[in-house]
Amino acid sequence: MEKKEPLLQVTNLKKHFPIKNSFGFTKNHVKAVDGISFELYEGETFCLVGESGCGKSTAGRTILRLTEPTEGEVIYEGKNIVDYNPKEMLNIRKKMQMMFQDPFSSLNPRKRIGTILEEPLDIHGIGKPKERTDIVMDLLNRLGFQADQYYRYPYEFSGGQRQRIGLARALIMNPDLIICDEPVSALDVSIQSQILNLLREIQDEFNLTYLFISHDLSVVRHIGDRIGVMYLGKIVETGPTDQIFQDPKHPYTKALLSAIPSPNPHRKRERIELNGEIPSPIDPPTGCAFHTRCPFAMDICKKETPKNLEVESEQFVACHLYTEEGAKEKEMTNA
Amino acid sequence: MSEHLLEVNQLKTHFKTETGQVTAVDGISFHIDEGETLGVVGESGCGKSVTSESILRLLNERKGNTTYEGEINYRGKDLLNVSMKEMRKIRGNEISMIFQDAMSSLNPVYTVGNQIMETIILHQNLSKKEAEQKAIDMLALTGIPSPEKRIHEYPHELSGGMKQRVMIAQALSCRPNLLIADEPTTALDVTIQSQILDLMEDLKKEYDMGIMFITHDLGVVAEICTRVIVMYLGQIVEEATVKDLFDQPLHPYTKGLIKSIPQLDGERKKDLFVIKGKVPTLNDVPKGCRFASRCSFSTDKCVEEEPPTFEHTPEHKVKCWHYKEILEKEGADFGKERTTTASH
Repeated sequence: MEKKEPLLQVTNLKKHFPIKNSFGFTKNHVKAVDGISFELYEGETFCLVGESGCGKSTAGRTILRLTEPTEGEVIYEGKNIVDYNPKEMLNIRKKMQMMFQDPFSSLNPRKRIGTILEEPLDIHGIGKPKERTDIVMDLLNRLGFQADQYYRYPYEFSGGQRQRIGLARALIMNPDLIICDEPVSALDVSIQSQILNLLREIQDEFNLTYLFISHDLSVVRHIGDRIGVMYLGKIVETGPTDQIFQDPKHPYTKALLSAIPSPNPHRKRERIELNGEIPSPIDPPTGCAFHTRCPFAMDICKKETPKNLEVESEQFVACHLYTEEGAKEKEMTNA
Repeated sequence: MSEHLLEVNQLKTHFKTETGQVTAVDGISFHIDEGETLGVVGESGCGKSVTSESILRLLNERKGNTTYEGEINYRGKDLLNVSMKEMRKIRGNEISMIFQDAMSSLNPVYTVGNQIMETIILHQNLSKKEAEQKAIDMLALTGIPSPEKRIHEYPHELSGGMKQRVMIAQALSCRPNLLIADEPTTALDVTIQSQILDLMEDLKKEYDMGIMFITHDLGVVAEICTRVIVMYLGQIVEEATVKDLFDQPLHPYTKGLIKSIPQLDGERKKDLFVIKGKVPTLNDVPKGCRFASRCSFSTDKCVEEEPPTFEHTPEHKVKCWHYKEILEKEGADFGKERTTTASH
């Protein structure tokens, strides 16, 4: 990809949730997102992957300011939207929409599909009621629904259909960017493939940029242009999808990729076994957060947080195996 | 007398519902041997969990809410005919089960040690002290660090992977002959999942037990199963060894399932295969082949007549009228397609 202005730039974004004791004093923080930075370019799909609790969903929600960031900048079209007041934010939300994971709890069960989809138009004061109905009908039609389904309630739809309604709701404002938070993980495989195909078709048709949040690496590989691997609130590796899958640099990425079960009984993969579990984000390990489980951990990993370095073109890694300090230590131990 | 550990014969499970009787499992037959892992694959609502719950008779049988037909032979006993008292002796002792959701399957008000000990004391003649030692041993076996401390903890103090290990420890504490695992890794992360799968594989070898592994994840199936049955709408549509199933699937539904998952070595950004239509409801089961309305090969015969189960080879069975023709037409290509994409 040639160098161009990013559509969205996230710089050192942090979200710390306070933990209060019984007197209401803050005694600690859950560092759900702890300083992540990445760019989104127009028309691409950037995937955030990681295991549960790594902060990928919080990152998505914080970018849209559904939860307020603790620190950092989110620059959209050259302006930092973190400083926006609610009114300005309302305008920006037209351009940035969200699609949620759970198709069962993300639609109001007491509203008809048509009403659910018209609500954003109403809030942003677009068109007269009649015109809104037409816009919604057109979109439903485009996503493969029949006209009479406009009047149905969410419970009358299957999981896959509801997820399509969730997509319709995100599309209705004609946004530039959609943040998809695990959009297919609650679906069966045959339905999952329908939604993935639809997401790709729609991307071309509406010229969309996706921030795709998922824990499923085979889905990410299928749909993503670039991916960012998250571990304990930090991005440990970013790069073009093919490059990362063929030549992962960070030990965590390597382990993560090797753990995917492949539906091919002939391929016996070499698994990199990770011991232990993800440490608590309340009190993350010092230095590199991964050092407690890393098979290559050195002394420096416990002390210093590794810098994010471009190891290969467009592939950034935060790991001491690639930093100067780390190289020095390796030399010392070898000697 | 069969020599199989478990043999299910023409099992049917009927539920009483407001709209009349529904048959969730409709005439399935399969067997499990000692030391093998049988994978049961299918999408939600295909009856895979009901099958396992029928084997352990966990469904509500009062007032005729659930009725069974057929046979479930376990070591010369038909589990459908034994008394509830006898069933309780088998459950957790000879046949045990791991549930999908470890978060809600453990009792939040008892310590995990207490829950493992309960099983042990119920089935084995051990004192409380011995049972506690056994519980510690079991936890150690599943790889939980400092088990003597952990047994005094409550489920909420443990992570998802740890809870699943506790469930496994509990299920294996009486050295069962058959372990039924109902989506044991679905709620877990991939790195934790691979730890748990390894653990189950090791314990299977150590205990020489049979495992019935229910999952919807074909990747996991390829990883740990020896044989697989594919279920669709309460019936088994295909039965094969893992190798046959992925190299030469015969049923159009199985093919569709395999083609619709994004391959790790496949082409990116390509349209994924979609099985058209949706699963019919159990209230309105099609007359002929249940997959006919979604199958691209279906003919009038498929719609009218239910296909029998054909034996392609003694180990590979398929419930499809046209599997031979389809195999001739595109079967060879299926294998080729996958090997060429694999070489990328």
